[in-house]
Amino acid sequence: MSRSLMTGNRAAAWAARLAGVDYVPAFPITPQTEIIETLSEWIRRGELDARMTTLDSEHSMVTAAGTAATAGVRVFTATSSQGLLYAMEMLYAVAGFRAPFLLANVSRGLAAPITLEPDHCDVLAARDSGLLQFHAASCQEVLDLSLIGYRVIEDKRVRLPAIVNLDGFYLSFTREPVELPEAEAVAAFLPPFDASALGLRAGQPLSQAVAVLGGTPYSYFRYECHLAALQAERVFAEVCEDFGERFGRNYSALERYACDDAEIVFVMMGSFASKARDAVAQMRAAGERVGLLRPRLLRPFPADALAQALDGKAAVVVVDQNLSIGKGGVLHAELCSALYGRADAPGVITSFIGGLGGRDIRREEFFQMVSETREALQKARAGTLEAPPAPRLLFTADELRELRKMQAIAAVRDAEVRSSRPPPAPNAGSQGS
Amino acid sequence: MTRSEEKPIRKLKQLPSQHVMAAGTPMCAGCGGLEGLNEASDVLGENTVFVNAAGCMTLLSVYPFTPFRGSFFYTAMASAPAGAQGIRDALDVLIAKGRLPAADDLQVVVLTGDGSAYGMGLSSTSGAIERDLDFLYICYDNEGYGNTGHQSSAATPLGARTATDRGGFHGRTKNLFDIWVAHQPSYVATAVASEPLDLVQKVQRAKQLSGPRLILMLAPCPTGWDYPPERSLEIGKLAVDTGAWPLKEYVDGQVRHTKLPKTRLPVERYLETQGRFAHLFEPQRDEATLRAIQAKIDADFAAIEGSTTAPD
Repeated sequence: MSRSLMTGNRAAAWAARLAGVDYVPAFPITPQTEIIETLSEWIRRGELDARMTTLDSEHSMVTAAGTAATAGVRVFTATSSQGLLYAMEMLYAVAGFRAPFLLANVSRGLAAPITLEPDHCDVLAARDSGLLQFHAASCQEVLDLSLIGYRVIEDKRVRLPAIVNLDGFYLSFTREPVELPEAEAVAAFLPPFDASALGLRAGQPLSQAVAVLGGTPYSYFRYECHLAALQAERVFAEVCEDFGERFGRNYSALERYACDDAEIVFVMMGSFASKARDAVAQMRAAGERVGLLRPRLLRPFPADALAQALDGKAAVVVVDQNLSIGKGGVLHAELCSALYGRADAPGVITSFIGGLGGRDIRREEFFQMVSETREALQKARAGTLEAPPAPRLLFTADELRELRKMQAIAAVRDAEVRSSRPPPAPNAGSQGS
Repeated sequence: MTRSEEKPIRKLKQLPSQHVMAAGTPMCAGCGGLEGLNEASDVLGENTVFVNAAGCMTLLSVYPFTPFRGSFFYTAMASAPAGAQGIRDALDVLIAKGRLPAADDLQVVVLTGDGSAYGMGLSSTSGAIERDLDFLYICYDNEGYGNTGHQSSAATPLGARTATDRGGFHGRTKNLFDIWVAHQPSYVATAVASEPLDLVQKVQRAKQLSGPRLILMLAPCPTGWDYPPERSLEIGKLAVDTGAWPLKEYVDGQVRHTKLPKTRLPVERYLETQGRFAHLFEPQRDEATLRAIQAKIDADFAAIEGSTTAPD
């Protein structure tokens, strides 16, 4: 095992290399491109015995990934943002192929307006596709969840493709110390891909992804994907246990930080959760009983594990780095559906939208979210909370002033356009500035 | 590059007496595309994977039935050539790494209609040719989005009535043959099932080459073109004899015509067989459109006079 500084992109490339992938269908997009450039160079130097093909689009790339996996090779691919959405039709299709491969998605916000900076709207758009989703919060996790991911998706109980998600810039371009396991140890952990019933060869005809007529076979096959995804939660736990024994790093569907005696718990995904972790440490030092829960698995959704971890807590603060337009935070809605009706579920769940397009979330804002949640909790205890607080965007008065300056430069003359949007209510950021 | 030679088919009598594909498919009676596919499959044999895009022939394999003796893989409307890329790359890798005997290799064949081939799938097709993908593309061209009720496609000819051009199509028609040729692939040919010897000879030539290859088959379509199913072969022959569908091939950088009509018939003889062109004749003749259709064919043939050579 060796320890070196590397970016999340390079860690993703190392995962593919250590997994001994056979095939890398590729297409460049920022901030993912470093992954395929790295793999391409290793293949050129003979350090990775794989074939890489640059397709004409991500739609083609995911098509080739699915057909190649069906033919029985281990496949790795990567994309970001617009690329993932361009491939969206094929994400649903390849899940139905039941041919496992891994796709590293380097999260980036979606147009319009076009941006290069991260949030989770891209990967959450693929939420219902049938691809499993592993969400990393560090470069080490990018590597480890990818290796674990291959074992999970190639397990005969699962057989679905998966996304390993890492945040653009915050992980993709940030160097962190990463323990690289020895190739032999990885080979012992991850045996060669046994394609079994898959495979395309002479004398063994296969009809793959063919049409069905009527809802009966359609319901059966799509629901079978769902059941396979649900089984993946147990398989993930088994594989994580084996991984921990071999490599000394222990993972589970949820990362819990200071949760045991916490009254109020943050729930967040991805690398921005490390900002929450820092704020929780500060608040703990000041005697506040707060904690952090971070799902590594989004699909399958670890509903029971989340519910158990939150049983008996007073309140939950969900910070969504995504926005379902017309609804709010995706993780908030998912968590509420997992908790509703449970006897010991937290009475108050507040929802904040933060980090869209890479917007920072500052420590003071975490303090403010806790303080607002505490107020709601007090009202709930006094019986005066009629409805849970509405979802809120983390956006400061300073930011609004900056935006107004941009609008002035952009010559936005329509006073109604500028004033029709109510200014965000003050929150921690405005207090701190 | 040339593969091992098979005995060339020179006479109709040498055509296989039994089809490789099973009968009893859900295609329409008189489907010119299915007949062409049958003829092509007989030459290609069983060790084939057909990679399909959305279209009529997607319905050939409906779970749990298939007429194919080999493999069939449905992808999506836009990306059948990319699906072929993934399969070809995977088979190459498996053979190179000793995980698949070379004898178990498959021919990778893309099978789509004109809607995908001329339109939504053109980007992935262009990419596959540019990467020199070793595959055969069979397009059954019925000159419209047939499976959805025959709306106008990029292959719809001038004057044809379609479900989205009730008064007749008056746009341009994309020239897929020339688009392929511009990529300098290994082989490009037009064909039609009503000329089976020409078709199987072309499939045989394509099979012996590697790299990107296209067989562009006119697919007379009783339902889309509005004629009785028993006239499909006759209409296919008229398409050739009037010059509406010239039989040609591109190989080694040269285009040659493989079967020129001895006496080219007026195109009206072809048009009047199909309901989709009936409005050009009734209630009164649309002289301008009829002249334009004939003039286009005349101009094409003027350009190819003298370039004709007989096939080997």
